[in-house]
Amino acid sequence: MTERLRVHVDPDKCQGHARCKALAPELFELDEYGNAHEAGDGIVPPGLEDKAWLAKSNCPEIAIEVIEE
Amino acid sequence: MSDVSQPAAHPPVTDWVHDFDHTAPQWTEDPFPIWDELRAASPVVHTERFLGCYMPTTYEAVREIANDTEHFSSRRIIVRDVRPEVTRNAAPPITSDPPVHKPAKQLLLPPFTPDAMKKLEPRMRAICNELIDGFIAEGKVDAAARYAKYIPVRAIAHMLGIPESDSDLFINWIHMILELGIKDESKLLQAVQEMSAYFRAHIEERTSKPTGDLISYLMNARDKEGQPLEESHVLGSLRLLLIAGIDTTWSAIGSSLWHLARTPADRERLIAEPGLIPIAVEELLRAYSPVTMAREVVKETTISGCPVKAGNMVLLSFPAANRDPKVFPDADKVVIDRRENRHAAFGLGIHRCVGSNLARMEMQVALEEWLKRIPDFRLDPAGPVTWSQGTVRGPRQLPFLFGKAM
Repeated sequence: MTERLRVHVDPDKCQGHARCKALAPELFELDEYGNAHEAGDGIVPPGLEDKAWLAKSNCPEIAIEVIEE
Repeated sequence: MSDVSQPAAHPPVTDWVHDFDHTAPQWTEDPFPIWDELRAASPVVHTERFLGCYMPTTYEAVREIANDTEHFSSRRIIVRDVRPEVTRNAAPPITSDPPVHKPAKQLLLPPFTPDAMKKLEPRMRAICNELIDGFIAEGKVDAAARYAKYIPVRAIAHMLGIPESDSDLFINWIHMILELGIKDESKLLQAVQEMSAYFRAHIEERTSKPTGDLISYLMNARDKEGQPLEESHVLGSLRLLLIAGIDTTWSAIGSSLWHLARTPADRERLIAEPGLIPIAVEELLRAYSPVTMAREVVKETTISGCPVKAGNMVLLSFPAANRDPKVFPDADKVVIDRRENRHAAFGLGIHRCVGSNLARMEMQVALEEWLKRIPDFRLDPAGPVTWSQGTVRGPRQLPFLFGKAM
């Protein structure tokens, strides 16, 4: 059974560095202030797992969680 | 009125760990081994200079301070020999603490989103190419003085709706505020007054003829109660955008070109793989972070186990944090395709640089256009490379020769 990944941005930690959006534009969106949130329900489509981990490891505020479901 | 003199000298440093001085020539020239020495001694070091000043040396200690707005205030953000009286609306939101910080910051964020920056990109490419046109035939150039310097100043002038041709005026004010002002309060105050008078005239002009630029944007802004901002707030934010927008990115572009001039392998790789430039920009930002902000300790506390006392300043060195080998493997190496890079070049916590998306776009465009037009360049052995002092670090003289080395 393959694990499914889901990304989540903690809105209290995000400061709008926007690294996640630059590295994984399919998985994150920015609001009018440039603060990030996960796109849709945050489920990572197959093939984009690497981008999810990359976004997590590049967030200066450690605001991104990658949840293995 | 051009003033390019250097600040007065301090007594030489003989003990970096207990008597550090970030304005000392050795630090200005090559701070990296000094930071290693300080980090090996303690996560937080202290000097009696600058009326008492701490410096966190590790990524973790920098993070702790950046996230602690209860014990560390942003009312003073530059470590100087003097502590001028705190003025309200000095440069909001960078000089603001909670709770007034958030609304002031939210006001400035929308014009600086990545999407907004994309719209500015064609103008930036044109500016870079105009600058290169001005010197490429000479076969050599001071890349700091004739290229890196004018990219951010013209970008922010464009956004503010003030003449790009006034660039030299702005650059002089910034030099007086961020460098000479460390040791000479009169220079600082003079520049702030001149800058305020300049912006007042532009505000006056727009009261009868509103424009689509950032000055009109701030004049039209309303707070939660629907009230316009106080004039001091508008002026303070305009001063911030000009001050923060210029020598920071000038320094980052200059340091990046300095690295590429000395590292042909990295240069060749970026020419062969231009898609790598955005990733390389992050690594260059990490390795040569230009900006060191400051905080003032307002309540006694401990940081990484080290006690810190109220009344001291803190040299919040994001550049030193970015060289912490506990967080970045091979921290002293520039690895232009480094994958994991949560560097703190734009700060951490609520004061994350408002202009970070602008700075990134400018750096990418500046490197792309330069490498397209001038793929081969090297340091000119006939001229010195000099570095700025204090709050922002970057090359101020960067003599290059074009073409392949013989």
